[in-house]
Amino acid sequence: MNIPDTSAKGSLKSRNHQLSDSFLQLKVLNGGDTDKVRFPEFSERMKQAGLWPLKPVALEIFQMNLGKMCNQTCRHCHVDAGPDRKEIMSRQTMDRCLEILATHPVSTVDLTGGAPEMNPHFRWLVEQLSGLGKKIIVRCNLTIILANKKYHDLPDFFARHGVEVVSSLPFYQASRTDSQRGKGVFETSIKALQLLNQAGYGQEHSGLTLNLVYNPAGAFLPAAQPSLEAEFKHQLSNQYGIVFNRLYTITNMPISRFLDYLLESGNYEAYMQKLVTAFNPIAAKGVMCRNTLSIGWDGYLYDCDFNQMLQLGVESTAPQHINEFNPEFLLLRSIVLNQHCYGCTAGAGSSCGGETA
Amino acid sequence: MQDTYYNPDDLNKFGAIKDFQPDLAKKFFDWYGDVFKAGALTQREKALIALAVAHAVQCPYCIDAYTVDSIEKGADEAQMMEAVHVSAAIRGGATLVHGVQMMNKAKEILM
Repeated sequence: MNIPDTSAKGSLKSRNHQLSDSFLQLKVLNGGDTDKVRFPEFSERMKQAGLWPLKPVALEIFQMNLGKMCNQTCRHCHVDAGPDRKEIMSRQTMDRCLEILATHPVSTVDLTGGAPEMNPHFRWLVEQLSGLGKKIIVRCNLTIILANKKYHDLPDFFARHGVEVVSSLPFYQASRTDSQRGKGVFETSIKALQLLNQAGYGQEHSGLTLNLVYNPAGAFLPAAQPSLEAEFKHQLSNQYGIVFNRLYTITNMPISRFLDYLLESGNYEAYMQKLVTAFNPIAAKGVMCRNTLSIGWDGYLYDCDFNQMLQLGVESTAPQHINEFNPEFLLLRSIVLNQHCYGCTAGAGSSCGGETA
Repeated sequence: MQDTYYNPDDLNKFGAIKDFQPDLAKKFFDWYGDVFKAGALTQREKALIALAVAHAVQCPYCIDAYTVDSIEKGADEAQMMEAVHVSAAIRGGATLVHGVQMMNKAKEILM
């Protein structure tokens, strides 16, 4: 099978693509282009479901985006990350986050990117968080472990600090993985998973959690999480001797590079229709923005990582920046919704932790 | 009268068959939904059977729907094409096995 080398394409920003402007993405999603179908407003669907205005229930997950820098340029990336992106979180912003985390009872810190490990302060941050006794999640793209000698010891570093590793693997075959994430990514990901297994990750009774993420490699929705997890476990164990804990199925959001793919391939309207038709009030009730706060590389606050990439900050009446952090005021805010939110409420729902229904 | 007999948009209007006969449509869709739930067969196995049958009955709506469904349920390209071959083999075999009837009749009337 001919696998396109998607990494050669670069980020939308490096190509000066019009969709690198989040305002234009929102315009497309809201039917601003006259040739596009206008879909029912998401907030109206939430009203019908009795979930508007959508309010937070608690602050349990503190998700820090350490930057847009990445060694990969996946076709579906909602961050528009890549090797050309230089926006990364400063030590000063991390210090401020650590000050807050030292006193706030938030249980989980979720480190994402880009490739969070490429931030030069990454290891220092993990050591500090570990000292605070927080549960640490790292969204590791796997290939970073083998990208450079300085990253080869990451599995042992993660293990020493009890970090939970969450890694994307769109399919248990090379063709679909590489078509989404770049040529050769599957083979390198398999090697990285084997290294994580050697460090104890995914092994029974090790206490080291390795969860995988399934993103559909195209314009379709994920199947039920339990059945895909069983199939992934069977295939990865039989073919490569790999073990892992859970498989999270995550729907691709119709934003950034995935939106570009949908428009270029002529799948945009059918995909949006699918998301709208599959709106599930039960999934909507459990969306991750209700217990998560997303912190941008520059310290600004968002309801989720997707809103962050669309530059939809938290409601204007709430604190806007980590320097103004105030948990009581943040819990009073209404969550900012837009048309892309249909991606989290379709079918069994979707979040950074998989299904929500 | 429309220009073509098949319109892809009609697939999304399948539920509208209830407009002319709601009671029977409800029974059909309830039963249809239950058929495709995981049971003794997985949902992926059922999607692949549906894909094969869609080719046998040559329904373009069903081919579109069950290609997507098979992929969503985790089937790969080789599995989907093998399902189509199963369909083709049964259709071909069904024709050829009647050749025995032809042979029987021929032998009956030939000296």
